[in-house]
Amino acid sequence: MNSSWRRYLLYFAQEHVDFRFAEVQSLLSLFKITMRILEKPEDLQPYWIVEFQKEEDAKLLASRSLSIRYCLELWGHAGGLDDLHRELKCIPTSFFENHLQLSKTFKIAVQSFCKHLAQTDKINIIQTFSYLPFKGTVNLNNPDTHLLYLEYYGIDSNDPPSEPYCVFFGRIVAAGFRQLIRELSLKTRKFIGNTSMDPQLSLLMANQAQVKLGDLVLDPFVGSGSLLVAAAYFGGYVVGSDIDYLMLHGKSRPSRIKQKKRDENESIKANMEQYCLQDKYIDVMVNDFATSFWRDDIRFDSIITDPPYGIREATEKVGIHKENYSISEKHLSTHIPAKVQYEFSELYQDLLAFSAKHLRIGGRLVCWFPIFREDYSEEGLPTHQCVKLVSNSEQVLSKYTSRRLLTFEKICEPQEENSNGANTIADFRNKYYKARDESRRERRLKEANIREQNLLEALQRQTPLKD
Amino acid sequence: MKLITHNMLTSKCMKGVTVGYPLKIQAVDVKTSEVEFNPEFISRLIPKVDWNVLCGAAESIGHLDDLPKELVENYESDVEFLKKAHRVLLEIDIVNGELICPETGRKFPINNGIPNMLLNEDEV
Repeated sequence: MNSSWRRYLLYFAQEHVDFRFAEVQSLLSLFKITMRILEKPEDLQPYWIVEFQKEEDAKLLASRSLSIRYCLELWGHAGGLDDLHRELKCIPTSFFENHLQLSKTFKIAVQSFCKHLAQTDKINIIQTFSYLPFKGTVNLNNPDTHLLYLEYYGIDSNDPPSEPYCVFFGRIVAAGFRQLIRELSLKTRKFIGNTSMDPQLSLLMANQAQVKLGDLVLDPFVGSGSLLVAAAYFGGYVVGSDIDYLMLHGKSRPSRIKQKKRDENESIKANMEQYCLQDKYIDVMVNDFATSFWRDDIRFDSIITDPPYGIREATEKVGIHKENYSISEKHLSTHIPAKVQYEFSELYQDLLAFSAKHLRIGGRLVCWFPIFREDYSEEGLPTHQCVKLVSNSEQVLSKYTSRRLLTFEKICEPQEENSNGANTIADFRNKYYKARDESRRERRLKEANIREQNLLEALQRQTPLKD
Repeated sequence: MKLITHNMLTSKCMKGVTVGYPLKIQAVDVKTSEVEFNPEFISRLIPKVDWNVLCGAAESIGHLDDLPKELVENYESDVEFLKKAHRVLLEIDIVNGELICPETGRKFPINNGIPNMLLNEDEV
């Protein structure tokens, strides 16, 4: 068994940067892989230099990662091209001989980060590698050995330096799973709603939840089921519930601008069939999260959900403010239950308590939490004694708002006397509308002023003509 | 609605209901469809299942067939048994019908395979 550590370069997509570390950590623990980070990466830097014991580990990690673009076996890493060549020439040929032998076709690709290189420059760079002992032939479409030379020009694409900060050269061991983002695109999905989660974030959530083949996964605010698609893709058997009857039956107003009404068979199940995941679909049901119908002893492997924030989807539960209210017999058959506001902090408390009860030990709850950035503090997040916050990544939505992807892991079974810590962060919905109301009023005033100005100017222009 | 889902549901959250389990099934339209067999998943699922309730539910809609009434020992390695369990748990789909609370008789309609467990505001 070869257990010597080897250097690899993880080259990341520069998107959802704050989710990177959490995703890699989740996948490492899911696959029980050990990885050593050699250089502590700077926050926004798109690459990490790491070590694995086996190439299989690197492949396994990349095979499910949405953050990783490529994983390279690192052959050389220097401040510039000349230094890189000097470094490569010092490596014993036995190191790469295997990959360059006669039977192996090869390709060298050149990529740059934050600066555009002309095709001629790229070809010139490729030529400088001619001293490597290539024995096989070139195959640009499907090479056995795919080598990559990467130049890093920092992260400010508006003002890149003339020379790269550093360069890398190595063999691509595996590509990330990013083609899946297009495969599961919402543009081509049969059934979507107003708040369907985009596939990249859905898949990231499924990775955070460490969904694996044969898991039982629940989304208690399922909507159009976009999170279930991702969970089912990774092998989870999925169950969902939602308070919105029309949504689950595909009868709500269509979300696509050109669509006048929904197709006959739009449903979560139809989406599963579209992606050949129907075997992983168990059921969805219409259910108010505040009144749980699950048997007490049911345990899920993970719960992934995007609860309503009260902005585009209402935070509601069944109820009425009147005392001693009852529905008369004659109205019962067609009655639609009345709903009351389900305060976000209460909903979140319920979600944590539900997860503390219905997750297996070690199972994960992955959910979004919307915040006003100025109000945020990690201490203000909701807590529960039986679940531990394992990661917390931010997706910025606007100058003032963002949402955080929280990952909790269940550490113990709840006892009767367990107390919850309510979140102390200002209620997102209330503040959202307050802030918006003000700005809307201001905007109207400003627009009225401009109109008045224009009118005055127009009048002034007209007056001389009259004379 | 599949029988695994039925097995996991109770109406205990309703006012005045103490156990609410198992819900009775009034099936109008039952469909069976083939679902890929995954022995590992079924083995992991069986401990969550109330076996008597599963047998009762299958029987009440006339789909018990050859499902053993008792859970066999070492079912993890008994592929034939797992296949039978798989069929009853995942392949039978109640498309239209009702779930009925055993204590109050409250009916929950199932349309297009989706049970509607929404309570009215005077029941919560």
